[in-house]
Amino acid sequence: MEPALIIEWVIKSAILLLFGVTGFAYLTLYERRALARIQVRIGPNRAGPFGILQPVADGIKLIFNQELIPATADKVLFVLAPIITVLPALIIWAVIPWGRQVIIGGREINLYLSNANVGVLYLTAVASIAVYGIVIAGWSSNNKYALLGGLRSSAQMVSYELALGISFIGPIMLAGSMSLVDIVEAQSKVWYIVPQFLAFLIFMMAGLAEINRAPFDMPEAEQELTAGYHAEYSGMKFALFFMAEYIKMIAIAAIGVTLFLGGYRIPFIDIPPAIEPLVFFIKILILLFVIIWVRATFPRFRYDRLMAFGWKILLPLSLANVFITAVILVFRG
Amino acid sequence: MAFPERARVQELFKGLWITFKSMFEKPVTIQYPEVKRPVTPRFRGRHVLNRFENGLEKCIGCSLCAAACPADAIFVESAENSDDERFSPGERYASTYEINMLRCIFCGYCEDACPTEAITLEDNYELSFTNRYDAIYTKERLLVSVPQNGKPTPQEVEPGKFDRSVPVMEDPTD
Repeated sequence: MEPALIIEWVIKSAILLLFGVTGFAYLTLYERRALARIQVRIGPNRAGPFGILQPVADGIKLIFNQELIPATADKVLFVLAPIITVLPALIIWAVIPWGRQVIIGGREINLYLSNANVGVLYLTAVASIAVYGIVIAGWSSNNKYALLGGLRSSAQMVSYELALGISFIGPIMLAGSMSLVDIVEAQSKVWYIVPQFLAFLIFMMAGLAEINRAPFDMPEAEQELTAGYHAEYSGMKFALFFMAEYIKMIAIAAIGVTLFLGGYRIPFIDIPPAIEPLVFFIKILILLFVIIWVRATFPRFRYDRLMAFGWKILLPLSLANVFITAVILVFRG
Repeated sequence: MAFPERARVQELFKGLWITFKSMFEKPVTIQYPEVKRPVTPRFRGRHVLNRFENGLEKCIGCSLCAAACPADAIFVESAENSDDERFSPGERYASTYEINMLRCIFCGYCEDACPTEAITLEDNYELSFTNRYDAIYTKERLLVSVPQNGKPTPQEVEPGKFDRSVPVMEDPTD
């Protein structure tokens, strides 16, 4: 392997990680401002113009927070849990394409880290690792609320992962490939949200459950479990959980855009490759707004209803969707 | 659990539409330090000690406010007036007047007890301090500033003019 390629990959990874971390910081601000507008408030606007320094202030505050490890906690796992949670959220970005190629200094650079031919499989595999972090956090805290939060989260994630994974199959069948780049290129005429609208709905609902967002934020349910699995965490360890949650939110939005909303492409128009990441970014922002909007609107599910909804409605629906798609594809040849 | 009927799914989208609409309403937020909401006419904020138009203090040091205070927040010590060094009309004035704002419950009983309308609860509610001693408001901090035509106390006055300690008063207007 030529050394230039390694340097290229390192630079691209660094940019992606930087995007993830700053994206997390500014997503908190975006969410707070959007929620405030929906609740007819203004939101944070004191730190810097329009509050753009608010994430910096929050970050500094968290860094200087006292780190507390409960005396009865399992110390190794307690420290390990936030790391296990945040890593999958970051490495999930490896297969998501931001554009085709740009030519910088006579060198063709792919705007994705890897065009894995099992990209979608990688997504589902990596997304499931995060549940370990949450369960370990809940268990190692040696706190009842945290344990309950961790258990709820494992049950919820296992239930909704199935529907999430099966909702991916629609686009895979239409594109005839598991590579995310191929799936995006196959959407150059029509976005998959049109032929696969049901799959998109299932994906959004299961995705929200997978990243523990309202109305499926059962693991942290403030009113019942104080803070759920991260009740005992403080300082930067808490910030890591927070970061994982928000980066996963961006990742789910990015996956939704890639699989159902045409990724970096606009239908019928051939845009220059340099602005493709921008198109992708704007689409992510719109989908993130939908996630925030849903949070502002719906109350939390009751726990048994959440499980019933996942197993008795979402799973059969997604299976039916796969079946119908397959039948139509076979009959159309 | 049955499959949700169409009506229930419609309710979900109705809810989304309501929250979306509310985004375009005018925010109800009041940007506090810059914009302040007016207080009601009989608002009970920080106390002040009032003066007559000529600058003499209304407080005659009778300690009725301290007696009325259910929180025991007021401390008054009085001293004799003379025509050469006159602080207030009548025989006596408050040489020390302290209110501990950490004890005060802003009930307004002191205002009711006062025979001369010397102490009143005004509109100021921004009573923050970083030190317990700053919470004790002394007479200097409670007294209003000298009115335009008045003179600061102690005043030298002509003898026999200010021998009535309780002024003629009217019913409150607000």
